[in-house]
Amino acid sequence: MAKADERERRRYLELRSRVAPRHPRLRNAARAFAVGGLICAAGEGVMTYFMRLGLSADQAALPTAALLVLFGSVLTGLGVYDRWVRYAGMGASLPITGFANAIVAPAMEFRREGWVMGVGARMFEVAGPVIVFGTLASVVVGLGWYLLAGPAR
Amino acid sequence: MSALLAGPRPAARRVGAGTWTFPSRPRLVRWASVVGRLEGEGPLAAGFDEGGRGRRRGPPRGAAAAAAGGRRAARRALDGLKGGPPELHLGGDLLDQNTPTHFAARDLDIPAFGLFSACATLTAGLAEAALAVDGGFCRRVLVTVSSHHETAERQYRFPIEFGHQRPATAQWTATAAAAFVVAGAEEGGADGVAIASATPGRVIDYGISDPYDMGSAMAPAAADTIERHLRDTGRSPRDYDAIVTGDLAEVGSELLRILLGERGIELGDRHEDCGLLLYDRRRHDVHAGGSGAGQCAAVFAARHLPALRAGRLRRVLLVATGALLSPTTYRQGESIPAVAHAVAFESGAPEAG
Repeated sequence: MAKADERERRRYLELRSRVAPRHPRLRNAARAFAVGGLICAAGEGVMTYFMRLGLSADQAALPTAALLVLFGSVLTGLGVYDRWVRYAGMGASLPITGFANAIVAPAMEFRREGWVMGVGARMFEVAGPVIVFGTLASVVVGLGWYLLAGPAR
Repeated sequence: MSALLAGPRPAARRVGAGTWTFPSRPRLVRWASVVGRLEGEGPLAAGFDEGGRGRRRGPPRGAAAAAAGGRRAARRALDGLKGGPPELHLGGDLLDQNTPTHFAARDLDIPAFGLFSACATLTAGLAEAALAVDGGFCRRVLVTVSSHHETAERQYRFPIEFGHQRPATAQWTATAAAAFVVAGAEEGGADGVAIASATPGRVIDYGISDPYDMGSAMAPAAADTIERHLRDTGRSPRDYDAIVTGDLAEVGSELLRILLGERGIELGDRHEDCGLLLYDRRRHDVHAGGSGAGQCAAVFAARHLPALRAGRLRRVLLVATGALLSPTTYRQGESIPAVAHAVAFESGAPEAG
């Protein structure tokens, strides 16, 4: 049979799970913790600097995020950031620097296809789902908050 | 008319249910391989005709870059070939519409067919070239196969600079290309490398749907083709000095040994896999091993063909394996069909000792 039947498929999947190497979860988690922690510590450092300049914590958050995005974008352009993620996984993907990587990488990739149909149309190919479901999640959470705590006063 | 129809039937050229034999023994008379920077740092570096060039970093490369490897390999294989160009060019790669192959063919001026069997394209091309030469349709056929890491990543996975972590079963698409000239025995000489037989593969699907585990998807196809080839020819793995699979890598190779063992075929030390030969896996972070249509072509040209020509290997079965997926099919939850085509080569070099 060129297309294996259900029983054969199940048997093969089981065989494969015995042969395939285990995902090194503990090692990956340790790396993610270390690198993610370092990126966040750098962010804290930048924010503290802005607060020393006299901004409030709320005011300092915005330029901090902007600076980290710049940092992630430049490292992506230099071809370094993908290596960080390969090493640290979510530790480097999850901070806002990783979000910058997800936008800048396709922008670089599709630049050859033109500014409009290349960069413009495909820049959000990777980050698009994050924006869509991030927005959706914030609506759901906001609605839950409204139902539980009532309208903001 | 009736006299034509009643003419003598040609000698039987098929053995068993599905293996072709080539009585005129077409020869592999020329070959050349071109690889990228990473591949040129691997253990086979000395065997490639061109390699190790290319940028470490820089902006993502365009489609033209993917065509360059196949074109350079073809030019090298054809360089100095006497008696005019081949009558036919069979070629393939991994990208949509076989554009790298056709872009290279645009500059070669040889009638061309684009082939697609994913990473099994090499043996599809060599089998069909032997068919065309043995059948008397061509004196010489050019076969080119290529793959290109960055453009394959863009098509099948993510933009090249986007960071993501691959699982340990993932394979690394090689930047590699190779070209071969298959010619009639009269041109290749008695001591050339002959294409003795070929077994085209069936498309096999055991339900693997993880695009980061193509070795597991392809192992059943390789097992099926090897089993059918051995049954058709009445041979055992011991009749071959090497049974070389395309790019099953670490996980797929192990599964192949298990699947064939269950069918009473022991590969033993005869088996090697191109996915485990190209890279230095301690230095290169390629996970389970290499893959890509050009990989097994370049490895075969750099490692096995010179040994066949010199007579260090007498008989080799090359089984290139291809995963026939597209980004659309795996996102839609389809499993990954796979195919493996086998071609048997024999050395014409005089026996040593």
